[in-house]
Amino acid sequence: MSVILFLEQALNGVQFGLMLFLLAAGLTLVFGIMDMINLAHGSLYMIGAYFMASFVQMTGSFWLGLPLALIATAVLGAALEMSLLRRLYGRDHLTQVLATFAVILIANEAVRIAWGSQPIMLNPPAGLTGPVALPGGLQYASYRLLIIGVGIAVALALFLLVTKTKVGMLVRAGASNREMATAMGVDIKRLFTAVFAVGAALCALAGAMLGPILAVQVGMGENILILAFVVIVIGGIGSIRGAFVGSLLVGIVDTGGRAFLPMLFSAFLPPQLASAAGPAVASVLIYVLMAGVLYFRPQGLFPARG
Amino acid sequence: MTFRLLGLGAAMLIALSAQAANELKIGFLSTLSGPAGGIGNEIRDGFNLALKLAGGKLGALPTEVIFADDTLNPDTGKQLMERLLKRDRVNLVTGIVFSNVMLAVWPTIEESKIFYIAPNATPTSLTGKGCSPYFFSASWPNEAHHEAAGAFAQSKGFKNAYLIAPNYPAGKDALTGFKRTYKGTIVNEFYSKLNQLDYSAELAQIRAAKPDALYAFLPGGMGINFIKQFVAAGLSNEVQLIVPGFVSDQDVVRAVGEPMLGLFDTSQWAYDLDNDANQKFVAEFQKEYKRIPTLYAEQGYTAALIIDQAVRDAKGKIEDPKAFRAALMKAPERAKTPRGKWKEAANGTPIQDYYVRALVKDREGRIVNRKISTILKDHGDFWAKDCGMK
Repeated sequence: MSVILFLEQALNGVQFGLMLFLLAAGLTLVFGIMDMINLAHGSLYMIGAYFMASFVQMTGSFWLGLPLALIATAVLGAALEMSLLRRLYGRDHLTQVLATFAVILIANEAVRIAWGSQPIMLNPPAGLTGPVALPGGLQYASYRLLIIGVGIAVALALFLLVTKTKVGMLVRAGASNREMATAMGVDIKRLFTAVFAVGAALCALAGAMLGPILAVQVGMGENILILAFVVIVIGGIGSIRGAFVGSLLVGIVDTGGRAFLPMLFSAFLPPQLASAAGPAVASVLIYVLMAGVLYFRPQGLFPARG
Repeated sequence: MTFRLLGLGAAMLIALSAQAANELKIGFLSTLSGPAGGIGNEIRDGFNLALKLAGGKLGALPTEVIFADDTLNPDTGKQLMERLLKRDRVNLVTGIVFSNVMLAVWPTIEESKIFYIAPNATPTSLTGKGCSPYFFSASWPNEAHHEAAGAFAQSKGFKNAYLIAPNYPAGKDALTGFKRTYKGTIVNEFYSKLNQLDYSAELAQIRAAKPDALYAFLPGGMGINFIKQFVAAGLSNEVQLIVPGFVSDQDVVRAVGEPMLGLFDTSQWAYDLDNDANQKFVAEFQKEYKRIPTLYAEQGYTAALIIDQAVRDAKGKIEDPKAFRAALMKAPERAKTPRGKWKEAANGTPIQDYYVRALVKDREGRIVNRKISTILKDHGDFWAKDCGMK
């Protein structure tokens, strides 16, 4: 195997990790700070992608559609928090799971009624539809480079927001000890609505960025949400740094497994068996990783709660 | 007291409707919601269109269609099928999209000796050794599109091919079908994760392997993900992508757009097949639903036409299995379906033509699946040989 292919697969792993990070960042904020299991996170991702597709069609421009989709989804997220989720904070996790699962079903049917049951179109902006040549003769999808850039920018922005600003301080206080933060006079109600709106906007960003390389369809959120949960459990619930490291780990392990395990297996197994065993083992690899991390660090790699 | 009266009234009504043999009740179990719901909706739209054009009567009988949504859950499908057969007492059943649901509900159907008209999934286990007089496919045997694709790759002279399909039974059947007719070198036969999102690792391997042709059976959202990423990676300039019609029909075209151009796919039908029945179907479908029909819609429409013909020819004697099966087996040679006439093999699968279609722009600038050649003529099911029925 050539060095170029190895580098390309490494880049693919980082890129897939950053794709997951866009979704996991919002999930970990909401889960960690509000102590709220929000299964409907994937629905906000779906709605973000649908908004994006519609606004791009309406305005004719990817770059005009993006902020509109972010704002629309954030508003919807805030409305959802104020109308329904707020009532669930005091309840146990099972109630939250049931209620937000209901939101998934409602969101899926609502999207079907509004946009129809068939997938809709969302393509990369002009100029980013094809590959670019990277040093070493590597052809790489230009749009994926944009995803890498946006992923890193979001990670940096969130990191600065959480560690360097007053809002971030409140968020960290809320995450590590909610009762104490309330006792110290933090307006938890408003803080939570704001955090949830930011989480929803991150969902929309993920949906808008991933839509051009994934199917924009009803139920698109459920599939990717499972991976996002794996990421935040590995990284430590509530921690942006954890979500970042966890995303990269999951992305690289998953891509690496799919890329290299079949090759590795074919070195010492008959081809028929290797072609069956390779993908099978690769598909469980991230769950093995999660189990391993939880065995040694039950709170995840970077736990937010002390 | 009132409830008891109502119950009595309802029971009387049910008894009345059971006596009346002059109407047709069809149970339509399909996947109508969830991520895969688009396909079921296409089939239903096609079916409804045929019913509407026939004035609400199939086989000259007033027809009631009872829809049920299996949500792609085999257990749900089984329960709903029992409800259709036992509570609603339907005369015929149809509609199932996916093979796994089909196999789960099949014992219930066969036990009740009600005919099933397949508008889609026709799994090999129901057409070979496990064939049954109550199973009738108005679509295609599961492996046929893939055999057509293999034959096409062979005819184009591609020296080698790279194959990719999801790691589940239908994926393995697909690649088996392709390999049955393709004689070149298979560079790699890759089974990816079901419902995989990101294909960058696989695309990098394909680029490194430099195959002449790439055959991808990735239905639903997987295909959309794959084609978008395939084109974004620039691979469309290096490898010829061939897919079965399920991966590239209008439902996918509407979601992917321009990147679809230049693909080849295989199908039992094309929107531009030159016959009157097809022109009527395509025109009426576009008038009714404002979109170009897919092969799924054609299958739903054709299933309804086959039912119409068979009920008419059997003179409404659906309860007489022998007479109705005889009429059903002859129906494809008599009905005016969009794909033309075909012969039904003894195992209840069509012996029909398969086409290669190219994804091109038509004069109005729409991206369409245009027929370019007939790749398999009067092609039947490979497994028919294992079926003992005559």
